Amino acid sequence: MSTTTEAPDTAAAAATPAKPKLKTSAMIASFADPGQKTSNAPFGHALVKAAQENDRIVGLTADLGKYTDMHIFAKAFPERFFQMGMAEQLLFGAAAGLAESGLVPFASTYSVFAARRAYDFLCLDAAEPNLNVNIVGGLPGLTTGYGPSHQATEDMAIFRGMPNLTIVDPCDSVDIEQAVPQLAASEGPTYLRLLRGNVPTVLDEYDYTFELGKAKVLRGGNDVVFISSGLMTMRALQAAKALEAHNVDVAVVHTPTIKPFDAETVLKEVNTDRLAVTLENHSVVGGLFETVASAVVTAGVGRRVVPVALPDQFLDAGALPTLHDRYGLAVDRIVAKVLAELG
Amino acid sequence: MPTETVQDTALRTAVTPERLEKINAAAYRIRHHALNMGEVQGQGYVGQALGAADMLATVYGDQLRFRAGDPHWEARDRFLLSTGHYAIGHYAALAEAGIVPAEELETYGSDDSRLPMSGMSTYTPGMEISGGSLGHGLTIAVGMALGLRYQGSDARVFNFLSDGELDEGSTWEAAMGAHHHQLGNLTAMVDINALQADGKTDTVLRTEPVTEKWESFGWYTQRVDGNDVGALLAAFDNAAAQSASVGRPSVILCDTKVGRGVPLLEDREKAHFMRIEENEWQICREQLTAGYEGKASA
Repeated sequence: MSTTTEAPDTAAAAATPAKPKLKTSAMIASFADPGQKTSNAPFGHALVKAAQENDRIVGLTADLGKYTDMHIFAKAFPERFFQMGMAEQLLFGAAAGLAESGLVPFASTYSVFAARRAYDFLCLDAAEPNLNVNIVGGLPGLTTGYGPSHQATEDMAIFRGMPNLTIVDPCDSVDIEQAVPQLAASEGPTYLRLLRGNVPTVLDEYDYTFELGKAKVLRGGNDVVFISSGLMTMRALQAAKALEAHNVDVAVVHTPTIKPFDAETVLKEVNTDRLAVTLENHSVVGGLFETVASAVVTAGVGRRVVPVALPDQFLDAGALPTLHDRYGLAVDRIVAKVLAELG
Repeated sequence: MPTETVQDTALRTAVTPERLEKINAAAYRIRHHALNMGEVQGQGYVGQALGAADMLATVYGDQLRFRAGDPHWEARDRFLLSTGHYAIGHYAALAEAGIVPAEELETYGSDDSRLPMSGMSTYTPGMEISGGSLGHGLTIAVGMALGLRYQGSDARVFNFLSDGELDEGSTWEAAMGAHHHQLGNLTAMVDINALQADGKTDTVLRTEPVTEKWESFGWYTQRVDGNDVGALLAAFDNAAAQSASVGRPSVILCDTKVGRGVPLLEDREKAHFMRIEENEWQICREQLTAGYEGKASA
């Protein structure tokens, strides 16, 4: 049937109140705050720089080059970039083969696929022979609103059990830029929890350099000590500042290397009268909290440790700020938790 | 450091009686070694070793470029054993090649041995990868072939896999990847013994038509009797002639018989893990030798 399209719509619009703007979810949502200093694609640029100095570095991906900042490397070194297609088992097996031939591969995919889909290939082909295979996993923890298919909330829990594997959970662009050449130079396989796109630049304001295997005290504080990794170090620093208004003095210890873990530095900071809190963008099962807890128990240190972490459940889909608030990763939630703990 | 190249891989043009005799003799010794190793353990994948002995003898005795005293020689061809449980046969082939001392074979599967039941690169000289978790070998081979080509090497990569591994999706990921990247320096050799852990391949998961599958994946595909050394030599010659740094990857599909060369085992009900009684090992060796000598004198 024929319809008229002008007048009725206008009339309907006038009669109905405007819909509230919905918060939407994006596959690659930036967790940078509005106006925050950021750096674009720090991993891609760092890999290019490292590759200019080391001609053994090659890159490969499983159909996610554009989404893991590997495309920067592919453009700079097309002859050193190998597209493996949406085939993660091949990605890791081939990365091992490239390393066997004497090269230093960086292989990128999403963390969910790296950890869940092709574990066996990383484990037996790269980790068992201790090859210099570097896995770069995008969307670690809760960095996308796409739901459990893309949220790698348990990647560190899965990977921590793999012998020989080094696990790095960087905070920002500074960490990533400094970590990449160190990962290339270190023997054995590594897993980097990638932050991609416009990545916040945070640690340049501190007396800090990334050292593989080392935890660093970013700021001192008398009442509370935060032990944090990944993007939660940024939140830890923000929460520490916010807690100043409540006359709570907070120290922040950043532990970007989850394995091997710098227990010595962390234990020194935990074993005080301060409230100890771990903060991680990961499930409360098997990540930073349990790493710290096991170090504390093993050393016979009788301290309570409070986790800020994702719950042991499949998370909702939605907008990232909504979800970070819902699951306790937002600064306000951290502040409230600390104040509650302090009574 | 030894400098001799044991294997001269200049292209062969004919399957001569000398080549046949050399490889048949090597295959006989590999089978004999495998029976001895199996007897020490009282078990082992002897059936597979006997079935694949001709393939292993051909590739180690005629095709691979290597230096026996220098297993890490950069210019060597790479032989990747994907089926880790075939290590018993592979160790025998490594002994044939002079890479592992023959007297060490009796340590197979024992504590602190360099020759574990399932092949691992960290244990054994000449063992390029740790196989055993099936479906890995060809994916590693793709990376190795890419890496060697990128570095300007003309070394070839051989991947030994089994028809059971055709069940694994990763094998086909790698088959696609090898064709996509035009890895003409890669040759796959598939032992089609029609047997896997739970029974006959066609009852576990039907893999046929195997030839058409590889052809449709863009590989240069040959299918031969994997217990016919003459046919194997001709197929490997064809694969060598067509190998190139950029080109079609090559696959040689080898139909083999589990227990081949030992009638007692050839006729036994086929099993992934073949049971051989204590008093049967000597009978097996005698049957093997009788068969070989009969063939040699024929």
